[in-house]
Parts: sequence; C-alpha cells; structure tokens
Amino acid sequence: MIVNPVAGLGGAVALKGSDGAATIAEALRRGARPRAALHTTRALDALARRRGDAQILAGAGALGADLAAGAGFAVRTVAPATPVETTADDTRRTAAAILAEGADVLLFAGGDGTARDIFDVVGAALPMIGIPAGVKMHSAVFARTPDAAGEAAARFVDSVERSTHEAEVMDIDEAALREGRVGAELHGYAATPRLAGVIQSPKSAPRRFDEAALDAAARDIARDLDPARLYLIGPGTTTRRVMRALGHEGSLLGIDAVAGGRVLGLDLTAHEIEAHLAATERAGLILGVIGGQGCLLGRGNQQLTAAIVRRVGLANLTILAALEKIAALEAGLFVDTGDRELDDAFAGYRTVHTGPRMSSIVRIDAARTATAA
Amino acid sequence: MTGLRRYHAAVWDEPVIMEMGAPGRRGILFPPFEPGLAGASEAGDLIPAGMAREDRPALPELSEPEVLRHFLHLSQETLGMAGISLFGTCTMKYNAPVSEQAAWRPQLAAIHPEQDEETLQGLLEILHEFDLILREVSGMDQFVFQAGGGAHAAYTHCAVTRAYFAAKGELERRDEIITTIQTHPCNAATAAAAGFKVITLMLEEDGYPSVEALKAAVSERTAALMINNPDDMGIYNPHIKQWVEIVHEAGGLCFYDHANFNGVMGKIRARELGFDACMYMLHKTFGAPKGGGGPAVGAYGCSDELAPFLPRPVVVKAGDRYRLDQDRPQSCGKIREYFGNVPQVVKAYAWARAMGAEGIDEASDISVLANNYMEKRLLAIRGITKSHPDNDVWRTEMTRYSFETLKEETGVGVLDVQNRMIDFGIDAFWLSHEPWIVPEPFTPEAGEMYGKEDLDTWIDVLAEISREAYTDPHTVKTAPHNQAIHQLKGDALEDPARWAMTWRAYRRKRAAAAPAAATISAG
Repeated sequence: MIVNPVAGLGGAVALKGSDGAATIAEALRRGARPRAALHTTRALDALARRRGDAQILAGAGALGADLAAGAGFAVRTVAPATPVETTADDTRRTAAAILAEGADVLLFAGGDGTARDIFDVVGAALPMIGIPAGVKMHSAVFARTPDAAGEAAARFVDSVERSTHEAEVMDIDEAALREGRVGAELHGYAATPRLAGVIQSPKSAPRRFDEAALDAAARDIARDLDPARLYLIGPGTTTRRVMRALGHEGSLLGIDAVAGGRVLGLDLTAHEIEAHLAATERAGLILGVIGGQGCLLGRGNQQLTAAIVRRVGLANLTILAALEKIAALEAGLFVDTGDRELDDAFAGYRTVHTGPRMSSIVRIDAARTATAA
Repeated sequence: MTGLRRYHAAVWDEPVIMEMGAPGRRGILFPPFEPGLAGASEAGDLIPAGMAREDRPALPELSEPEVLRHFLHLSQETLGMAGISLFGTCTMKYNAPVSEQAAWRPQLAAIHPEQDEETLQGLLEILHEFDLILREVSGMDQFVFQAGGGAHAAYTHCAVTRAYFAAKGELERRDEIITTIQTHPCNAATAAAAGFKVITLMLEEDGYPSVEALKAAVSERTAALMINNPDDMGIYNPHIKQWVEIVHEAGGLCFYDHANFNGVMGKIRARELGFDACMYMLHKTFGAPKGGGGPAVGAYGCSDELAPFLPRPVVVKAGDRYRLDQDRPQSCGKIREYFGNVPQVVKAYAWARAMGAEGIDEASDISVLANNYMEKRLLAIRGITKSHPDNDVWRTEMTRYSFETLKEETGVGVLDVQNRMIDFGIDAFWLSHEPWIVPEPFTPEAGEMYGKEDLDTWIDVLAEISREAYTDPHTVKTAPHNQAIHQLKGDALEDPARWAMTWRAYRRKRAAAAPAAATISAG
C-alpha cells in the first residue's frame, strides 16, 4: 500500500493538483487539509472486513505503515521514514520496494499524479487499485469510493482468476497548467482488477458497437448544435467524438469552447471559460461520464466551477455516454461541484445520449459523503 | 453426486457426407425407358440454355442405407429437443405429437394461401377461433398472426403505432418510444428500425426503473411504451398500472411484450392493466415448437381503437362464413406475406384447446411454483447468487442468477458451466440478453411441463458442477468430455476468412489457410 499523504491538497485551494513541493507549501499555507489519511482508513476498514489477515507492505510512517497498523493489519515497512513534505520520489521509491518484495495487489491513496508516479515504476506488472483521494482522478484505476477500493482489493486477492484489464493512467502537467499551458496526456495503461458490477461481455462485439454508436450520437449532437450558442465541450474520449464530428481534434483532458463551428479555445482554464461566457448570451455544456465511477462533475473537470455551471444553466447540459457504461453504474450518476446547492439542483433524472437517436434517462444524485472534500 | 446417471453422447467420427461414397454408387437404379418414350425430349430441354449448368453437380455418390445411416448418426450426436431444457428467458415446452399431427394433415399441409377463401373455411375458422381465445386471455379486441416471431410482433406494434399517429396527424411530433434495459432488446431495436428515437430506462434499487424515471422520459413526443413484465430477470414491476396511466396521459400508446407470459397466464389481462396492444409467442408460451430458427409466430393483439391499423388481411366472420378482410384503408400494410406461419397457429390452437382456461391458469401456477422451488435449491449451491437479493418479492416464472462468486473463487465462469452441463446429457442454459448487468448470468425457466424429478436432476447437475469447480476446476474448464465433440474454439466465428457455409467455400478457405497442412495430410 502506498499513501500520498498530501494528495488532494491543491484542489481545495484551487491549485489544480498538488504536485511539487512549492505547491504543497502554498496549499498548506492557504489552509488545505489532506484527506488521504481519512480515505485510506476507510479503505483499510473495508479490506479488514474480508481479509483482516492480509499482510501489508507499506512505506514508513505517513507513507502507509501508520495507517495500516492503526487498522489492525500486520505491516512490513519496505521504505524508510521521510520528512513531512513527501515528494513524488517517496511514492516511486516505495513502489519499487513493493514491486521487489512481491505483492498480490497495490492499493494506493492519491490522485492522478500518484497513479502516474506508481505506474512509472510498476507498469502493468503489479495490479493497482486507487483509493480516491486526489484532485484529479481521470485515471481508470480508481475505485468509486474508498470503501469500494478496500473491498475490491480483498475480492481480488481472494479470487482464483485474478482477472485484470487495462486501465488508462492519465495526468496533466500541473506546472504547465498553472502557467496557462495545458498538455493533456494519456500516460499509459496500468493493470487493474476487473471489479464486480462492471459489465463483462462474452465477446468484444458490443464494445465495437458502443464505439460506433457513440460516434453516431456525437455526429447527431454536432449536427444539432445551435450556431448562435457557445458550447463548452469535454473532457474525455467520449466528448472528443463531438469535437471530431465538428472537424476538430479537441483536447483530450480539457474543456474546449466552440461556437458556430469555430474553436474559440482549447483546454480552457476556469478564468478563460468565464471570459468566454461573459462575451456570449447563450451557452451549452457537453459532458461525458469519466471512468467507471459515474461522476459527471467534480472529477477531472474542476475547471467547470459551480459558477460556470450556473451561468450555462442546467437546462443547457448535454450528456453523452455509452449505454453499457450507464447500465454498469450501480447507483446512477453523481455530481460533486463543491456547491451543495448546485449539487442538489442537479439531483433528478436527465437524458444521457447513448447512440444515434438513442438515449437513456439516468438518475443523478448530489455528491455522497465519500466524494466530498 | 451419486444420484446422477452416467451419460456419454454417441461419437461417430465420420467425414462429412461430401467426402463419403464411391464413384458410380447409387441409391436407386431406375429401369430403362419404355420403348414408346425413348425418343421423347429430355427434361433438360425445357430449361433455357442460359440457365442450365454446364457440368453435372458434384454430388456425393452413396447407397440409400449409407445415407440413412449417416443422418441417423448425426441425429444421435445431438441432444435433441426432448431432453431436459430449462433454457431461460425463453419458455421451452413439450410439443405434443397430437398437435403436430393436426398440422401434418393434408387439409392444412397441402393448401395454398392464394386458394379461394371459400375453400379455406376450416382453416379460417381455426384462425378466428384462436383469435377469440387470445382475446379472452388478453382482453384485446383483435389478433393477427402475420408476424414471424416475437421481435417481428414488436415491429408490428411500431408499424401500427406509426399508422395510428399518422392518421391523427401527430407522427411528426411523436417520434419517441420508451423501453427499459431489462425489456427484451427487440423492442428497442424494432422501434429504431421503424424510425423512432429510443429512450431506455435503467433499473434502480428494486430491480426495475422508477416511476420518476418514466415521468422524466414521457413527453408530448412519446409515441409508445414497449415493455416486458415480468422483465428479463423474472421481476414483476408492481407499478405497471401507474406506468400505463402516465404514458396515456401524455397521449402515448402502451405495448405489452408478453414474452414472459408464462408466469402470469390467466392472472392478468393486458387490456385490463390499460395496455393498448400485446404480443404472445405461440412457439414458446402456446406450445408450438421453438428453436433452430424454424417457423415462429408472434401473435399481435390490440384494442378496437388500433384495429384499423393492423396489417392485412384480417380474418373476419360474416354470418356462418369466414373471409379474409383486405379492404382496410388505414392498415399499416404487410408485415409478412399472406397470413403468417399457419401450421404453428394450428398447433397453438390445439394446445390451447387441450389445456382449457383452467389448464392454462394452472400451468402458470405450476411454472411459478417450480421456479421458486428451483430458486430455493439453486441458492443453496455454493457459488450461486441471484440478482437484486434485497427485493424480497417472489420472482415469477424465472430468476436471474449469477455465477460471479463461483468465478471469483474458482475461476469457473458461466460459459464453462454451460460446456460442462451437456456432459450430463442435459441442455445448457441460456445466459442473459446483453448488456450483462448481472455478471456471469443465467436465467433458467422451469415451466409447467417438467416434473419434480426432472427439475431435481437439472439442479443436481449444477450442484455437481459447483462441487467440481471447487475441487477440480480443470475438469469443468476443459469440458465437454462426454460429448460427440470436445470444446470448440469460438474464434473462427469472428473471422470471415474461416467461415464456410458451403462445401465449395470450405475447400477454398481451407486450402488458402493451410496449404502446408493439406500436403502433410495427403501424405
């Protein structure tokens, strides 16, 4: 197990991530409190309910050993203690030690940055499960909740088949982002357990069908756009299909602005989005569902602040997702904008476009405690 | 398990018939022409030169007993359709020979639909009488039997819906059909094929979509609701009357896909729940044969309000005569040629007459009882769980189970279990329609015709396979072992370069794929 003790610090104070010592210092100065420890404890409790006898390899102290011991597990420390200001190097060093020692599965608490640091070391050689604790969680290695992460680890260890699938590790360059340059990057494919409740299909044909259906739905959406309206599109592979249907490549991880068929900006920051909105009368928002967790707002699209969503208007929201992805959700979609009132206004049923002239009506819930900062 | 009988399928390691026989061998030797006929023209002269083949067909040359023996062997290598088959999501019933005999009679087998209807009176009477029976069962006002299956009947509903709203001048506006993710996917598919937009509602905690979700989906654009109830998992939506009211208030039609009718036969009438139309599968629920892609019938019934839009012709009774009413100006037209797979309708009619109203009602009771008996025993088997365990309402005629636990704990999944079941001489179950909401799914349906001994045998086989999975998973994963052939690799089905539907294609593709191997085997 690896804990990035400062994961999630940046988000609460609008720093778009927590990578880099200077950022962490700034976040702490602004009064941010890490949530990694809290979420890790919840995951460990869930793990203990099924496999209290598991031995946990962890970095010393705040890197995991303290929390694992606190949850009652037998712990073996694989990396020495470090100062409070933990860096990405600690994560990499611990990951290398766990890989060398040999483990069944790697449970980690953090965000995309942590996932990427671990992936750099272990690649697909060690299956990983993310405890959601970071600001950005684009990567498909994260469980929906901390409890689900612990549960998944236990079930994976108990399973004979130990079936994994390729999961995207995605991250954006935070230093560049804070300088106003955005580089979206698919970093690679980690191995992550096939989680219960996720749809398994005996053949690959439906996946190909999904791809074609989404492309056709994206063409429908692109065709029906109001030329007098400003559209904010993204992030993710699904909404990129709309950008491509409009003849633009689009940014994979960013919010792009389009009006009258022209791209007004790619990978926009919240500030830039607000500037575009100020200059237009009517706006629309085209969103996908990120990963398998069913999050519509608040994961990986934090640049869509509550103020921006209010300005666009909930009636002007278009959601595009594969039918299988929607059917796989155990409890519908959820939003976590950090604005309780807005989240509550979202609650209810909304149309999700799933294919050409095909849609679904899906329940959207306000953020649950597990995802609230 | 000691109670299980030993079984092994016949194995006849024979070549395909194209590779059998010897040159010059014949089944029947005909005598020479009589003297007076010798000079008459050859039958081949009647065929235009451009249409005649130049070479004789390359047929295998065998004696008659060789041909009969070969096909006997092929039949021995199949499980056939008279075994224990709790297929699931499809009702499987015994097809009594007495019903088959009715359909073989020359009064039916030797007639043609273009005969003058005065010469078809007996047949038209049966069609009309069966229409009356289904009206009684459903509360609807008119049935037609043109659709060649359940999905085709769903399509019939879309065609009727289109004609109905076109007549009202609302078709432009009403372009949406609502269905649910556990309604048979043919409903969404046929709605889309008929040009409607499709809205699919997802399940919520109890295993069916909420009333609130339906309300959110319904609008002045709603043309119809198309739904199964009980659904594909055997869960009955208790709010169905309210659903119909909500759709009707918005001006939409309601279609009841009765694919899962067995659990509610004689208990509910679609019309009394408010539905405007419904569909029964005669080849499943009503005792006519099902399977192999053979002839099927989706009996489509509707209210008086929709009847003018039915496909034509409709069989009507005038005085003591029956006729085919073609003069229906508002009809949606033809769904299929003539008036359907009539022999299947006759078999279903024979079944319904043999069962009687009380018998149909009792059959439903038995099928629900049998399913719940099975559920108790199946859930006691290690590795089996059921969908929506928190919904404690009894399932009707079937239950959606999962082998997810078995797979996690032993690596044996539902496809492995399927392969192993046939080693015990029983038919493998069906899984679930896609998408798989429940992992490693299966949905057996007991029906009313299997006795307790048969159900116990079937359940004992699953118990034995579970035991094997935990003690000797290799045996299950490499099954079948007692069958005519061993495990097939399905990858050829994904590769057009390896498909062969004809002998010619088989030889060409095999030669292209492995010339080296062909050389070796020739040596």
